[in-house]
Amino acid sequence: MYDYSDFDEAFVRARVAQFSGQVERRLDGSLTEDEFRPLRLMNGLYLQLHAYMLRIAIPYGTINPRQMRQLATIAETWDKGYGHFTTRQNIQFNWPKLPDVPAILSALADVGMHAIQTSGNCVRNVTADHFAGAAADEIEDPRPYAELLRQWSTDHPEFQFLPRKFKIAITGSPNDRAVTGAHDIGLRMTRNAAGEPGFTVLVGGGLGRTPMVAMVVREFLPVADLLPYVEAVLSVYNTLGRRDNKYKARIKITLHETGKDEIARMIEARFAELRPLFGGADQRLLAEIRQAFAAPAFREAPVEAFDAFYKADPAFRSWADTNLSAHRAPGYAIATISLKAHGQTPGDATAAQMRLIADLAERHGHGQIRISHEQNVILPHVHKSDLPAVHAALAQAGLATANVGLASDIIACPGMDYCALATARSIPVAQEIALRLREVGLEEEVGPLKIKISGCINACGHHHVGHIGILGLDRAGVENYQITLGGDGSEDTVIGDKTGPGFAYDQVTGAVERILRAYLGLRLSAEETFLAAFKRVGMEPFKAALYGEAERDAA
Amino acid sequence: MKARAMSRRFTPKVVTANRLREGDVVYLTADDRWSLHHHEAELIEDEAHAQLRLLHAAAQKLAVVGPYLADARPGARGPEPIHFREAFRTRGPSNYAHGKQADHSHV
Repeated sequence: MYDYSDFDEAFVRARVAQFSGQVERRLDGSLTEDEFRPLRLMNGLYLQLHAYMLRIAIPYGTINPRQMRQLATIAETWDKGYGHFTTRQNIQFNWPKLPDVPAILSALADVGMHAIQTSGNCVRNVTADHFAGAAADEIEDPRPYAELLRQWSTDHPEFQFLPRKFKIAITGSPNDRAVTGAHDIGLRMTRNAAGEPGFTVLVGGGLGRTPMVAMVVREFLPVADLLPYVEAVLSVYNTLGRRDNKYKARIKITLHETGKDEIARMIEARFAELRPLFGGADQRLLAEIRQAFAAPAFREAPVEAFDAFYKADPAFRSWADTNLSAHRAPGYAIATISLKAHGQTPGDATAAQMRLIADLAERHGHGQIRISHEQNVILPHVHKSDLPAVHAALAQAGLATANVGLASDIIACPGMDYCALATARSIPVAQEIALRLREVGLEEEVGPLKIKISGCINACGHHHVGHIGILGLDRAGVENYQITLGGDGSEDTVIGDKTGPGFAYDQVTGAVERILRAYLGLRLSAEETFLAAFKRVGMEPFKAALYGEAERDAA
Repeated sequence: MKARAMSRRFTPKVVTANRLREGDVVYLTADDRWSLHHHEAELIEDEAHAQLRLLHAAAQKLAVVGPYLADARPGARGPEPIHFREAFRTRGPSNYAHGKQADHSHV
């Protein structure tokens, strides 16, 4: 992976020193909270419901064992022994104390990490396919481009005060695992007629209060044009984006108010101005970055050990069936470590678990680790013969839950257990659904299903693109949960439809169970997934299951 | 907004904020302390007095961040929160015994 250059190192150290001074001045009263707040947000420090929260970027979800161990040390030294992986490939610590934050940032800088631009109206952490560099279906590893974008956008003077935050996601595979259709800019790698790689550029996707699917503004962008083109998009947005109304400030609104054709024309015009100014330095940098992402030396070895375990051990077989994905190298697999043990908080890992993951990555995974937006951890390069040992070690640490891609692999935002913006809780809803599904033994039968839960309309839990989406609201001082069905975060990006009236906190699990039982009753075969069945039959059968005859009579 | 709030009957409030250094949720008491316990808060029944107490809180820039008035009602031990968000703030998160529910469970 990419290691910090002297420039990166000096920049991050300088920022730590600068912010340390700012914290000191806040604590001695030289800075008021109004003055300090934007400074702490620029460095990823929020004040949440019960405590401060520090959000640390894991650029494009790539992290090495040394960094993972440092996160474990931070969790134990300055927090409560765990960290929370988020839906944007960040990690959040929920309990830092303000006077300790400079030391935490300094410890992060020691391993080439930081919390810069994890908040504020700037270009946020660039996210990528968590299987990047390993997936069998990949055209090219997207991470060198993500790293190029990270370097370009970090402290970019023109884009530090955008109308609103700006999120970029990139995938190198036609099967989109990075939710590019729901980002301000989504980059999907593709090939032109001549077979050259490039990007289909999508703009104006986003969830939140006004969910919108991104639109294609450029069908094929040669890879060499990436930076000037992205800069052109940002430049047009920076000019047109509405600063008068926070709720209309995202580029998705700009796109809809300006019109796709007009905004595409403006982007192309700005691109024509910017392109000649890029004299090739970006391409030389990209070539250097590419070397840092060279594939590891995959080994050739027999896979009989895997086959034997697969036949003999049902626990291993079930884990292998759900948690492994196809790797591009023969004899290898991508192993997803579920952070969704039934009843646990989605995305949380203890310091001990982080250390184990680091050890396993070093011993069996070419030293590579990824974090997914689905709040799981991935060992992207494991030879199949090592998988029984990996599985056994994970099982010891409570990390061998065989549920990736199933109903209990729920993504959930922190909700009102932590977040100051939340209108209702999400974590306990996820915990209860997962426990109930295990109790009734439903999830294997149901098969592939994505449940996503947000605790407010800002939609950090991506509920709009959940096959089943759950949104927690405050209805007259009571938690109430709206359910949507048919959302899809893949390359076919679809915003889910509301089922109807919401459900009380203690009725959500029952509602989800009724939806799943209705699906099992109406699917054509076990091969017809929930999403496929929903597309075929529509909302009505699920409404009937949720609300009964009374609702239909009233309608 | 203000006019609408004025025209509505004032309901009892407490002043609450987060501590500057730790971030802990605290409540302003009648004797000008910041308490971790909701039931020790001053229950404010008069709107003008509420505004004065909020100004007093806002002036303590080295002690607390973001003071505001939260609805409350009298209870057996002292003021109790009304909204579920405020009830959560008195305890801590529901997924772990962290925050006040753990640190001050002896009280």
